[in-house]
Formats: sequence, structure tokens, C-alpha cells
Amino acid sequence: MNELSGGQWSPYVAGISIGLLTLLTFKFSDKPVGASSAYATLAGLLGKLVAPIHTMKLKYFKENTPKPNWELVFVSSAIIGSFISAWTGGEFEVRVVPELWEQKFGTGSVSSYGLSGFVGGVLMAFGARLAGGCTSGHGISGTSQLSVASWVTLISLFLSGVFFVQLIY
Amino acid sequence: MGKAAIFGIIFGFLLQKAGVAKYHVLIGQLTLQDFTVFKVMLSAIITAMIGHRILLKRHQVKTHIKPFQPLANIGGGVIFGAGFAMAGFCPGTGAAALGQGDFETIFYIAGMLVGSYIYAESSGYIDQHVKAWKDKGKVTLPQMLSNEKESFQH
Repeated sequence: MNELSGGQWSPYVAGISIGLLTLLTFKFSDKPVGASSAYATLAGLLGKLVAPIHTMKLKYFKENTPKPNWELVFVSSAIIGSFISAWTGGEFEVRVVPELWEQKFGTGSVSSYGLSGFVGGVLMAFGARLAGGCTSGHGISGTSQLSVASWVTLISLFLSGVFFVQLIY
Repeated sequence: MGKAAIFGIIFGFLLQKAGVAKYHVLIGQLTLQDFTVFKVMLSAIITAMIGHRILLKRHQVKTHIKPFQPLANIGGGVIFGAGFAMAGFCPGTGAAALGQGDFETIFYIAGMLVGSYIYAESSGYIDQHVKAWKDKGKVTLPQMLSNEKESFQH
């Protein structure tokens, strides 16, 4: 079991474990594992603070009332789970810019990654809401139920990512 | 909510252990130089696929399928993929990356919040004009393939 206590597991062991976890959330919470909608919920909660009347007029927030829900707790808790794994596995390291980005664009390229990361985030959130999920909700939960929408979305997003990454690396 | 917290902690723990919370691993998958992400995802999909089918037959789980809306799924996937290449994290792995000390995910998370709100602003229009276009409903691959066989025979 030495392999299991180390910093990184075999991708197959980790993948099978994630598959089993989705079965647990289906069985015990009647929820698919998903991540992107938590960000929309948080955006709606912040929107309600700044402009409550306008925010609650928007169709998406009318249908998905922003409140601390299962998905938001799930994704927030994932930050803690990852911290526990990284800390105990000796992989916790504070960074402000990805190493690979620094190698490509030079040291101190925090602002250029910041911009790329921000715009990337805007596109991903929009794309995920448009498609109805992300790499977790469609990519694992939906595909495993043989959902056509999920396989189409997963294949589209990977092909698109493979294409657009060529513009950067 | 307690279950959501426990499952979320396990999810973040497993993403970090899988190595898919690391920027270079995610970018490495997109540049087709590191297949960790594929290995993790396919192992997860196959495990969940078999398990879900067994549990469904025993009526212990329900299906949670999103409607197949070609324009929304393909368009959303393409926009998402472009963002994935730019940020190097996705919604789940970005949260896990923050937990392992990658504070650059703050930019990405801020973008996700703004992008979600922009989507909400346009959700009335999108539902009517994009999602509704050739909406096939909650369809699975076996259902679609058997429908095609029928329509082919007629």
C-alpha cells in the first residue's frame, strides 16, 4: 500500500476511485458529481448582494435560485480535500503562476497568466452553462450514463482544447 | 449538506492524488504529451458506467441525464475548450489546484464568476434560440442508436 500513501497515485487507481465516488453521490445524495454550477451559484449570490433586483430577474437565476446548495458545498469542500492530500503527500507548494507558463513566458509573467486565466475562466463558465456541464458533470457523470449530450460535449471540449492550446504552447 | 462536504473532500483528495490538479498535467493532455487525464477519466467513466447500470437495475439510483441540444452542447464545448487551453484548469481541477497551493487559480475563479453572470444575463435568449434548436431531449446513446435503426428500416 506504499503507492497509496505517496504524493501521487496511479491514474487508474485514482480514476476508479473517482468512479466509485460518483456512485456514492448518486446513491446517497441523488446527485451527479459536477463542479461548474457551483461557480454560477456563487456568482448569483454575489450578484444578489450587489444588484438583488436585477440578478433575480435573470432567467438562469430564476430557475436556479442562488443559495448555498449541495454543489457549492461539494466544490468548496474539494479545496479542503485537495489541501489534505497535498499536505500529507508532501506536494503542497504556494505558487502564483504555473511553472510551465513561466518557462514559456519568463519569470514575473504573473499578469500575463492572470489575464489568460481570467479570460479562460469567463469562456469556460459560459461554455459550461451553455453545454449544461463541464469535465465533471458531463465528462464523468453524464458519459458514464451514456448520455448523448455528455459525450458530444466532452468530445467537443477536448478537440477544441487541443486546437486552442496550439496558440499558446 | 454534511454528505456534500464529505463527498467534496473525497473528490478534491482524489483529484489531487490523480495528479490532474496540476497545470502541466492538464496542458500536457491538451498538447497530447501526457495522457494522465485520459487514464483517470476513462477509468472513472468505465467504473461508474458498470456500477450505475448495476445500481439502476436494483432501483438504488436514478438517471441524471441532460437534454441533447446539438448547438448548445457543441458550441458550449468549443467555447469551454478554448477557455480550458487559456486557463489550464477546469472547474473541478481548478478548485483542487487552489487546495494544493496554486493561488494563480484566483484569476481563473474570478473569470468563472464573471462568465457565469454573463451567461445568466443572456440565458433568456440562449434558452429560446440556442438550446431549443433541435432539442432531442434526455437521450442516451443506446436509445439514439436504436431509434436510428428503426427509422432506417421504415
